[in-house]
Amino acid sequence: MISIRNVSKYYGAFRVLSQCSVAINPGEVVVVCGPSGSGKSTLIKCVNALEPFQEGEIIVDGQSLHDPRTDLTRLRARVGMVFQHFELFPQMTVLDNLCLAQVKVLKRSREEAEEKGMRLLDRVGLREHALKYPGQISGGQQQRVAISRALCMDPICMLFDEPTSALDPEMINEVLDVMVELAKEGMTMMCVTHEMGFARRVADRVIFMDQGQILEDRPSADFFAAPQTERAVQFLSRLLSR
Amino acid sequence: MSVLEGNYLLANLPALMSGLALTARITLIAVVLGIAWGTVLALARLSQNRILAWFATFYVNLFRSVPLVMVILWFFLIVPQLMHALFGNAVEDIRFTSALVAFSLFEAAYYSEIMRAGILSVSRGQFDAGLALGFTRQETLRIIILPQAFRNMLPLLLTQAVILFQDTSLVYVIGLSDFFGTAHKLGDRDGHLVEMLLLAGLIYFLISFLASQLVARLQKRRIR
Repeated sequence: MISIRNVSKYYGAFRVLSQCSVAINPGEVVVVCGPSGSGKSTLIKCVNALEPFQEGEIIVDGQSLHDPRTDLTRLRARVGMVFQHFELFPQMTVLDNLCLAQVKVLKRSREEAEEKGMRLLDRVGLREHALKYPGQISGGQQQRVAISRALCMDPICMLFDEPTSALDPEMINEVLDVMVELAKEGMTMMCVTHEMGFARRVADRVIFMDQGQILEDRPSADFFAAPQTERAVQFLSRLLSR
Repeated sequence: MSVLEGNYLLANLPALMSGLALTARITLIAVVLGIAWGTVLALARLSQNRILAWFATFYVNLFRSVPLVMVILWFFLIVPQLMHALFGNAVEDIRFTSALVAFSLFEAAYYSEIMRAGILSVSRGQFDAGLALGFTRQETLRIIILPQAFRNMLPLLLTQAVILFQDTSLVYVIGLSDFFGTAHKLGDRDGHLVEMLLLAGLIYFLISFLASQLVARLQKRRIR
Protein backbone atom coordinates (compact mmCIF):
# COMPACT_ATOMS: atom_id res chain seq x y z
CA MET A 1 0.00 0.00 0.00
CA ILE A 2 2.71 2.44 1.07
CA SER A 3 6.31 1.85 0.20
CA ILE A 4 9.01 4.25 1.32
CA ARG A 5 12.40 3.51 -0.18
CA ASN A 6 15.65 5.14 0.91
CA VAL A 7 14.05 8.52 1.39
CA SER A 8 16.30 11.41 2.42
CA LYS A 9 15.29 14.98 2.92
CA TYR A 10 17.40 18.05 3.50
CA TYR A 11 16.75 21.55 4.74
CA GLY A 12 19.77 23.17 3.16
CA ALA A 13 22.69 21.17 4.46
CA PHE A 14 20.73 19.77 7.40
CA ARG A 15 19.50 16.24 6.85
CA VAL A 16 16.01 15.76 8.33
CA LEU A 17 15.46 12.27 6.98
CA SER A 18 18.19 9.90 6.09
CA GLN A 19 17.71 6.76 4.08
CA CYS A 20 14.29 5.90 5.49
CA SER A 21 12.65 2.74 4.21
CA VAL A 22 9.27 1.42 5.33
CA ALA A 23 6.72 -0.84 3.70
CA ILE A 24 3.12 -0.84 4.89
CA ASN A 25 0.83 -3.56 3.62
CA PRO A 26 -2.93 -3.30 3.20
CA GLY A 27 -4.71 -3.65 6.53
CA GLU A 28 -1.60 -3.04 8.57
CA VAL A 29 -1.48 -0.57 11.43
CA VAL A 30 1.96 0.93 11.89
CA VAL A 31 2.89 3.31 14.68
CA VAL A 32 5.81 5.67 14.18
CA CYS A 33 7.36 6.99 17.38
CA GLY A 34 10.50 8.71 18.52
CA PRO A 35 11.70 11.82 20.32
CA SER A 36 10.58 15.19 19.01
CA GLY A 37 12.64 16.40 16.11
CA SER A 38 13.31 12.85 15.00
CA GLY A 39 11.63 13.47 11.63
CA LYS A 40 8.52 11.32 12.10
CA SER A 41 6.04 14.06 11.21
CA THR A 42 8.16 15.04 8.24
CA LEU A 43 8.17 11.43 7.06
CA ILE A 44 4.40 11.06 7.24
CA LYS A 45 3.90 14.36 5.40
CA CYS A 46 6.21 13.09 2.66
CA VAL A 47 3.86 10.12 2.16
CA ASN A 48 1.08 12.55 1.20
CA ALA A 49 3.49 14.70 -0.85
CA LEU A 50 2.89 17.62 1.48
CA GLU A 51 6.64 17.81 2.01
CA PRO A 52 9.12 17.42 -0.83
CA PHE A 53 12.06 15.07 -0.43
CA GLN A 54 15.29 15.00 -2.39
CA GLU A 55 16.33 11.37 -2.49
CA GLY A 56 14.59 8.04 -2.67
CA GLU A 57 11.13 7.06 -3.70
CA ILE A 58 7.67 6.76 -2.15
CA ILE A 59 5.03 4.61 -3.77
CA VAL A 60 1.41 4.86 -2.66
CA ASP A 61 -1.09 2.39 -4.09
CA GLY A 62 1.28 1.58 -6.93
CA GLN A 63 1.91 5.19 -7.89
CA SER A 64 5.29 6.81 -7.39
CA LEU A 65 5.10 10.32 -5.99
CA HIS A 66 8.07 11.35 -8.11
CA ASP A 67 6.56 10.15 -11.36
CA PRO A 68 5.46 13.24 -13.28
CA ARG A 69 2.49 11.23 -14.59
CA THR A 70 1.15 10.79 -11.06
CA ASP A 71 -1.70 13.16 -10.34
CA LEU A 72 -0.79 14.09 -6.77
CA THR A 73 -4.06 15.92 -6.20
CA ARG A 74 -6.11 12.85 -7.04
CA LEU A 75 -3.84 10.59 -5.06
CA ARG A 76 -4.16 12.83 -2.00
CA ALA A 77 -7.94 12.69 -2.33
CA ARG A 78 -7.68 8.93 -1.79
CA VAL A 79 -5.36 9.11 1.21
CA GLY A 80 -6.92 10.33 4.45
CA MET A 81 -4.90 12.55 6.72
CA VAL A 82 -5.46 13.71 10.28
CA PHE A 83 -3.38 16.55 11.69
CA GLN A 84 -2.08 17.43 15.13
CA HIS A 85 -4.08 20.67 15.20
CA PHE A 86 -7.22 19.18 13.59
CA GLU A 87 -7.27 21.79 10.80
CA LEU A 88 -11.02 21.91 10.51
CA PHE A 89 -12.08 24.89 8.44
CA PRO A 90 -13.26 27.44 11.03
CA GLN A 91 -15.54 29.39 8.72
CA MET A 92 -17.68 26.32 8.00
CA THR A 93 -20.00 24.22 10.12
CA VAL A 94 -18.98 20.71 11.09
CA LEU A 95 -21.27 19.27 8.41
CA ASP A 96 -19.92 21.63 5.74
CA ASN A 97 -16.41 20.56 6.71
CA LEU A 98 -17.44 16.98 6.00
CA CYS A 99 -19.25 17.76 2.75
CA LEU A 100 -16.90 20.26 1.11
CA ALA A 101 -14.43 17.87 -0.50
CA GLN A 102 -17.05 15.19 -1.14
CA VAL A 103 -19.00 17.65 -3.29
CA LYS A 104 -16.13 19.56 -4.91
CA VAL A 105 -13.55 16.84 -5.29
CA LEU A 106 -15.58 13.62 -5.54
CA LYS A 107 -18.51 15.39 -7.26
CA ARG A 108 -21.07 13.79 -5.00
CA SER A 109 -24.46 15.42 -4.72
CA ARG A 110 -25.06 17.56 -1.66
CA GLU A 111 -27.67 15.09 -0.32
CA GLU A 112 -25.36 12.15 -0.79
CA ALA A 113 -22.51 14.02 0.90
CA GLU A 114 -24.69 15.06 3.82
CA GLU A 115 -26.00 11.58 4.31
CA LYS A 116 -22.48 10.16 4.35
CA GLY A 117 -21.31 12.96 6.64
CA MET A 118 -24.14 12.40 9.12
CA ARG A 119 -23.53 8.66 9.11
CA LEU A 120 -19.88 9.18 9.99
CA LEU A 121 -20.71 11.81 12.61
CA ASP A 122 -23.09 9.31 14.12
CA ARG A 123 -20.31 6.81 14.28
CA VAL A 124 -18.09 9.11 16.30
CA GLY A 125 -21.06 10.18 18.43
CA LEU A 126 -21.26 13.78 17.23
CA ARG A 127 -24.48 13.84 15.22
CA GLU A 128 -25.97 16.60 17.35
CA HIS A 129 -22.97 18.88 16.67
CA ALA A 130 -23.37 18.82 12.89
CA LEU A 131 -24.49 22.43 12.60
CA LYS A 132 -21.99 23.89 15.06
CA TYR A 133 -18.79 25.63 14.07
CA PRO A 134 -15.45 24.00 14.97
CA GLY A 135 -14.75 26.76 17.51
CA GLN A 136 -17.84 25.76 19.46
CA ILE A 137 -16.78 22.18 20.23
CA SER A 138 -13.94 20.73 22.27
CA GLY A 139 -10.57 19.68 20.92
CA GLY A 140 -11.37 16.01 21.22
CA GLN A 141 -14.62 16.51 19.36
CA GLN A 142 -12.85 18.53 16.69
CA GLN A 143 -10.35 15.76 16.15
CA ARG A 144 -13.13 13.18 15.85
CA VAL A 145 -14.77 15.43 13.26
CA ALA A 146 -11.44 15.67 11.45
CA ILE A 147 -11.20 11.87 11.36
CA SER A 148 -14.77 11.69 10.01
CA ARG A 149 -13.92 14.31 7.40
CA ALA A 150 -11.05 12.16 6.16
CA LEU A 151 -13.23 9.03 6.20
CA CYS A 152 -15.92 10.77 4.12
CA MET A 153 -13.55 10.49 1.17
CA ASP A 154 -13.50 6.66 1.43
CA PRO A 155 -9.71 6.64 1.77
CA ILE A 156 -7.57 3.66 0.85
CA CYS A 157 -5.41 4.34 3.91
CA MET A 158 -5.19 6.84 6.76
CA LEU A 159 -2.25 8.92 7.94
CA PHE A 160 -2.31 10.28 11.49
CA ASP A 161 0.18 12.99 12.39
CA GLU A 162 0.27 13.17 16.20
CA PRO A 163 -3.53 13.18 16.43
CA THR A 164 -3.65 13.45 20.22
CA SER A 165 -0.63 15.66 20.99
CA ALA A 166 -2.62 18.88 21.08
CA LEU A 167 -5.38 17.46 23.28
CA ASP A 168 -6.04 17.74 26.99
CA PRO A 169 -5.39 14.38 28.66
CA GLU A 170 -9.06 13.66 29.31
CA MET A 171 -9.87 13.98 25.62
CA ILE A 172 -7.17 11.70 24.32
CA ASN A 173 -9.13 8.50 24.85
CA GLU A 174 -12.21 9.56 22.92
CA VAL A 175 -9.99 10.07 19.88
CA LEU A 176 -7.97 6.89 20.44
CA ASP A 177 -11.20 4.88 20.74
CA VAL A 178 -12.20 5.99 17.26
CA MET A 179 -8.77 5.08 15.95
CA VAL A 180 -8.85 1.66 17.62
CA GLU A 181 -12.21 0.93 16.07
CA LEU A 182 -10.91 1.97 12.69
CA ALA A 183 -7.88 -0.27 13.08
CA LYS A 184 -10.08 -3.22 14.01
CA GLU A 185 -12.15 -2.70 10.88
CA GLY A 186 -9.04 -3.33 8.85
CA MET A 187 -8.10 0.19 7.79
CA THR A 188 -4.50 0.60 6.71
CA MET A 189 -3.04 3.14 9.12
CA MET A 190 0.23 4.94 9.61
CA CYS A 191 0.19 6.80 12.92
CA VAL A 192 2.78 9.13 14.32
CA THR A 193 1.98 9.10 18.02
CA HIS A 194 3.39 8.94 21.52
CA GLU A 195 0.44 6.91 22.74
CA MET A 196 2.18 3.66 23.52
CA GLY A 197 -1.01 2.17 24.95
CA PHE A 198 -2.60 2.56 21.54
CA ALA A 199 0.47 1.08 19.88
CA ARG A 200 0.36 -1.94 22.18
CA ARG A 201 -3.31 -2.52 21.59
CA VAL A 202 -3.62 -2.25 17.84
CA ALA A 203 -0.32 -1.70 16.10
CA ASP A 204 1.06 -4.52 14.02
CA ARG A 205 4.44 -2.85 13.90
CA VAL A 206 6.27 -0.08 15.63
CA ILE A 207 8.81 2.07 13.88
CA PHE A 208 11.24 3.95 16.08
CA MET A 209 12.94 7.00 14.65
CA ASP A 210 15.70 9.20 15.93
CA GLN A 211 17.60 12.02 14.23
CA GLY A 212 15.98 11.35 10.89
CA GLN A 213 16.81 7.66 10.85
CA ILE A 214 14.65 4.61 11.30
CA LEU A 215 16.36 2.69 14.08
CA GLU A 216 13.78 -0.05 14.62
CA ASP A 217 10.96 -1.51 12.58
CA ARG A 218 9.56 -4.51 14.42
CA PRO A 219 6.32 -6.20 15.46
CA SER A 220 4.94 -4.14 18.31
CA ALA A 221 5.00 -6.98 20.83
CA ASP A 222 8.72 -7.49 20.19
CA PHE A 223 9.45 -3.78 20.32
CA PHE A 224 7.81 -3.30 23.69
CA ALA A 225 9.17 -6.52 25.15
CA ALA A 226 12.75 -5.82 24.18
CA PRO A 227 13.75 -2.72 22.24
CA GLN A 228 17.01 -3.38 20.47
CA THR A 229 18.60 0.03 20.40
CA GLU A 230 19.85 2.04 23.34
CA ARG A 231 17.93 5.10 22.08
CA ALA A 232 14.65 3.21 22.03
CA VAL A 233 15.20 1.92 25.55
CA GLN A 234 15.83 5.47 26.77
CA PHE A 235 12.83 6.77 24.87
CA LEU A 236 10.47 4.17 26.29
CA SER A 237 11.68 4.55 29.85
CA ARG A 238 11.26 8.33 29.62
CA LEU A 239 7.72 7.91 28.31
CA LEU A 240 6.82 5.45 31.04
CA SER A 241 8.24 7.57 33.84
CA ARG A 242 6.10 10.52 32.80
CA MET B 1 -24.53 86.67 5.41
CA SER B 2 -23.68 83.29 6.84
CA VAL B 3 -24.29 79.99 5.10
CA LEU B 4 -26.64 79.13 7.91
CA GLU B 5 -28.87 82.07 7.10
CA GLY B 6 -31.87 81.90 4.85
CA ASN B 7 -32.22 79.14 2.34
CA TYR B 8 -28.63 79.06 1.16
CA LEU B 9 -27.92 75.47 2.22
CA LEU B 10 -31.36 74.27 1.25
CA ALA B 11 -31.03 75.78 -2.21
CA ASN B 12 -27.67 74.13 -2.74
CA LEU B 13 -28.54 70.83 -1.12
CA PRO B 14 -29.16 68.97 -4.43
CA ALA B 15 -25.71 69.92 -5.71
CA LEU B 16 -24.08 68.90 -2.43
CA MET B 17 -25.96 65.61 -2.37
CA SER B 18 -24.99 64.76 -5.92
CA GLY B 19 -21.41 65.56 -4.94
CA LEU B 20 -21.72 63.19 -1.99
CA ALA B 21 -23.18 60.53 -4.29
CA LEU B 22 -20.18 60.81 -6.59
CA THR B 23 -17.84 60.52 -3.60
CA ALA B 24 -19.72 57.40 -2.47
CA ARG B 25 -19.62 55.88 -5.94
CA ILE B 26 -15.89 56.40 -6.35
CA THR B 27 -15.26 55.06 -2.85
CA LEU B 28 -17.36 51.91 -3.25
CA ILE B 29 -16.16 50.96 -6.72
CA ALA B 30 -12.51 51.68 -5.87
CA VAL B 31 -12.77 49.62 -2.66
CA VAL B 32 -14.19 46.63 -4.53
CA LEU B 33 -11.76 46.84 -7.45
CA GLY B 34 -8.87 47.69 -5.14
CA ILE B 35 -9.48 44.66 -2.92
CA ALA B 36 -9.90 42.37 -5.93
CA TRP B 37 -6.71 43.54 -7.64
CA GLY B 38 -4.94 43.77 -4.29
CA THR B 39 -5.79 40.13 -3.58
CA VAL B 40 -4.37 39.10 -6.94
CA LEU B 41 -1.21 41.08 -6.17
CA ALA B 42 -0.94 39.50 -2.72
CA LEU B 43 -1.19 36.01 -4.23
CA ALA B 44 1.37 36.95 -6.87
CA ARG B 45 3.72 38.25 -4.21
CA LEU B 46 3.43 35.01 -2.24
CA SER B 47 3.64 32.76 -5.27
CA GLN B 48 6.65 30.61 -6.01
CA ASN B 49 6.89 32.14 -9.46
CA ARG B 50 9.75 34.60 -9.07
CA ILE B 51 8.73 36.84 -11.94
CA LEU B 52 5.19 37.20 -10.60
CA ALA B 53 6.46 37.84 -7.09
CA TRP B 54 8.97 40.38 -8.36
CA PHE B 55 6.34 42.18 -10.40
CA ALA B 56 3.92 42.39 -7.47
CA THR B 57 6.63 43.62 -5.11
CA PHE B 58 7.71 46.24 -7.62
CA TYR B 59 4.12 47.33 -8.19
CA VAL B 60 3.36 47.68 -4.49
CA ASN B 61 6.56 49.59 -3.78
CA LEU B 62 6.00 51.85 -6.75
CA PHE B 63 2.48 52.87 -5.86
CA ARG B 64 3.28 53.26 -2.20
CA SER B 65 6.13 55.61 -3.01
CA VAL B 66 4.30 58.18 -5.13
CA PRO B 67 1.72 60.75 -3.99
CA LEU B 68 -1.85 59.79 -4.76
CA VAL B 69 -2.64 63.17 -6.24
CA MET B 70 0.02 62.62 -8.90
CA VAL B 71 -1.36 59.20 -9.76
CA ILE B 72 -4.79 60.76 -10.26
CA LEU B 73 -3.33 63.38 -12.57
CA TRP B 74 -1.27 60.85 -14.52
CA PHE B 75 -4.25 58.67 -15.23
CA PHE B 76 -6.27 61.68 -16.23
CA LEU B 77 -3.58 62.44 -18.79
CA ILE B 78 -2.79 58.85 -19.84
CA VAL B 79 -6.18 57.13 -19.97
CA PRO B 80 -7.68 59.34 -22.72
CA GLN B 81 -4.68 58.71 -24.96
CA LEU B 82 -4.93 54.99 -24.25
CA MET B 83 -8.66 54.93 -24.98
CA HIS B 84 -8.04 56.89 -28.12
CA ALA B 85 -5.43 54.41 -29.25
CA LEU B 86 -7.67 51.46 -28.39
CA PHE B 87 -11.04 52.64 -29.63
CA GLY B 88 -10.00 55.24 -32.19
CA ASN B 89 -12.52 57.84 -31.23
CA ALA B 90 -12.16 60.48 -28.60
CA VAL B 91 -13.95 59.73 -25.36
CA GLU B 92 -15.87 62.65 -24.05
CA ASP B 93 -15.59 62.88 -20.30
CA ILE B 94 -13.06 60.50 -18.86
CA ARG B 95 -12.57 62.23 -15.53
CA PHE B 96 -14.70 59.73 -13.64
CA THR B 97 -13.19 56.68 -15.35
CA SER B 98 -9.64 57.88 -14.94
CA ALA B 99 -10.26 58.67 -11.28
CA LEU B 100 -11.63 55.16 -10.73
CA VAL B 101 -8.68 53.56 -12.47
CA ALA B 102 -6.24 55.69 -10.49
CA PHE B 103 -7.87 54.94 -7.13
CA SER B 104 -8.29 51.23 -7.83
CA LEU B 105 -4.70 50.76 -8.93
CA PHE B 106 -3.33 52.93 -6.14
CA GLU B 107 -5.39 51.42 -3.33
CA ALA B 108 -4.68 47.90 -4.59
CA ALA B 109 -1.09 48.41 -3.46
CA TYR B 110 -2.28 48.99 0.11
CA TYR B 111 -4.96 46.32 0.00
CA SER B 112 -2.46 43.80 -1.28
CA GLU B 113 -0.29 44.32 1.79
CA ILE B 114 -3.32 43.81 4.03
CA MET B 115 -4.38 40.68 2.14
CA ARG B 116 -0.83 39.35 2.19
CA ALA B 117 -0.75 39.66 5.96
CA GLY B 118 -4.19 38.04 6.03
CA ILE B 119 -3.09 35.07 3.96
CA LEU B 120 0.00 34.64 6.13
CA SER B 121 -2.21 34.76 9.23
CA VAL B 122 -3.91 31.53 8.16
CA SER B 123 -1.83 28.61 9.39
CA ARG B 124 0.12 26.42 7.02
CA GLY B 125 -1.84 23.47 8.38
CA GLN B 126 -5.05 24.76 6.80
CA PHE B 127 -3.32 24.72 3.45
CA ASP B 128 -2.07 21.18 4.05
CA ALA B 129 -5.57 20.11 5.10
CA GLY B 130 -6.99 21.45 1.85
CA LEU B 131 -4.38 19.63 -0.20
CA ALA B 132 -4.85 16.44 1.82
CA LEU B 133 -8.56 16.45 0.96
CA GLY B 134 -7.73 16.45 -2.72
CA PHE B 135 -8.01 20.12 -3.58
CA THR B 136 -5.47 21.72 -5.90
CA ARG B 137 -3.34 24.60 -4.64
CA GLN B 138 -5.57 27.14 -6.37
CA GLU B 139 -8.75 25.58 -5.02
CA THR B 140 -7.29 25.47 -1.52
CA LEU B 141 -6.39 29.14 -1.73
CA ARG B 142 -9.76 30.16 -3.12
CA ILE B 143 -12.06 27.99 -1.04
CA ILE B 144 -10.20 27.67 2.25
CA ILE B 145 -7.45 30.27 2.70
CA LEU B 146 -8.81 33.48 1.14
CA PRO B 147 -12.17 33.50 2.96
CA GLN B 148 -10.29 33.20 6.26
CA ALA B 149 -7.73 35.82 5.26
CA PHE B 150 -10.53 38.18 4.29
CA ARG B 151 -12.37 37.58 7.54
CA ASN B 152 -9.25 38.07 9.66
CA MET B 153 -8.42 41.30 7.87
CA LEU B 154 -11.93 42.77 7.66
CA PRO B 155 -11.28 45.55 10.21
CA LEU B 156 -8.11 46.63 8.41
CA LEU B 157 -9.80 46.49 5.02
CA LEU B 158 -12.60 48.69 6.32
CA THR B 159 -10.17 51.13 7.92
CA GLN B 160 -8.40 51.41 4.59
CA ALA B 161 -11.80 52.06 2.96
CA VAL B 162 -12.34 54.99 5.33
CA ILE B 163 -8.97 56.40 4.31
CA LEU B 164 -9.95 55.94 0.67
CA PHE B 165 -13.20 57.78 1.34
CA GLN B 166 -11.25 60.77 2.59
CA ASP B 167 -8.73 60.58 -0.22
CA THR B 168 -11.44 60.75 -2.89
CA SER B 169 -11.53 64.51 -2.21
CA LEU B 170 -8.31 64.68 -4.25
CA VAL B 171 -10.33 64.31 -7.46
CA TYR B 172 -10.73 68.08 -7.34
CA VAL B 173 -7.40 68.25 -9.22
CA ILE B 174 -9.10 66.88 -12.33
CA GLY B 175 -12.17 69.03 -11.83
CA LEU B 176 -14.62 66.36 -10.72
CA SER B 177 -17.48 67.64 -8.58
CA ASP B 178 -17.37 65.24 -5.68
CA PHE B 179 -18.59 66.36 -2.28
CA PHE B 180 -15.50 68.38 -1.46
CA GLY B 181 -15.26 69.81 -4.99
CA THR B 182 -18.90 70.89 -4.96
CA ALA B 183 -18.60 72.54 -1.56
CA HIS B 184 -15.46 74.31 -2.70
CA LYS B 185 -17.03 75.55 -5.94
CA LEU B 186 -20.20 76.78 -4.26
CA GLY B 187 -18.31 78.55 -1.50
CA ASP B 188 -15.95 80.13 -3.98
CA ARG B 189 -18.80 81.33 -6.17
CA ASP B 190 -20.91 82.78 -3.39
CA GLY B 191 -18.23 84.14 -1.12
CA HIS B 192 -18.66 81.49 1.60
CA LEU B 193 -15.46 79.57 1.01
CA VAL B 194 -14.37 79.30 4.64
CA GLU B 195 -17.80 78.27 5.91
CA MET B 196 -18.39 75.75 3.15
CA LEU B 197 -14.99 74.14 3.65
CA LEU B 198 -15.63 73.93 7.38
CA LEU B 199 -19.01 72.39 6.71
CA ALA B 200 -17.55 69.88 4.25
CA GLY B 201 -14.83 69.05 6.76
CA LEU B 202 -17.44 68.45 9.43
CA ILE B 203 -19.38 66.04 7.18
CA TYR B 204 -16.21 64.13 6.24
CA PHE B 205 -15.32 63.95 9.91
CA LEU B 206 -18.73 62.67 10.93
CA ILE B 207 -18.89 59.96 8.28
CA SER B 208 -15.30 58.80 8.84
CA PHE B 209 -15.62 58.92 12.60
CA LEU B 210 -18.84 56.92 12.61
CA ALA B 211 -17.35 54.37 10.21
CA SER B 212 -14.24 54.01 12.40
CA GLN B 213 -16.42 53.50 15.46
CA LEU B 214 -18.30 50.77 13.63
CA VAL B 215 -15.02 49.09 12.71
CA ALA B 216 -13.83 49.32 16.31
CA ARG B 217 -17.05 47.76 17.50
CA LEU B 218 -16.79 45.01 14.91
CA GLN B 219 -13.25 44.31 16.05
CA LYS B 220 -14.30 44.09 19.68
CA ARG B 221 -17.08 41.68 18.86
CA ARG B 222 -14.67 39.46 16.95
CA ILE B 223 -12.16 39.32 19.78
CA ARG B 224 -14.80 38.08 22.16
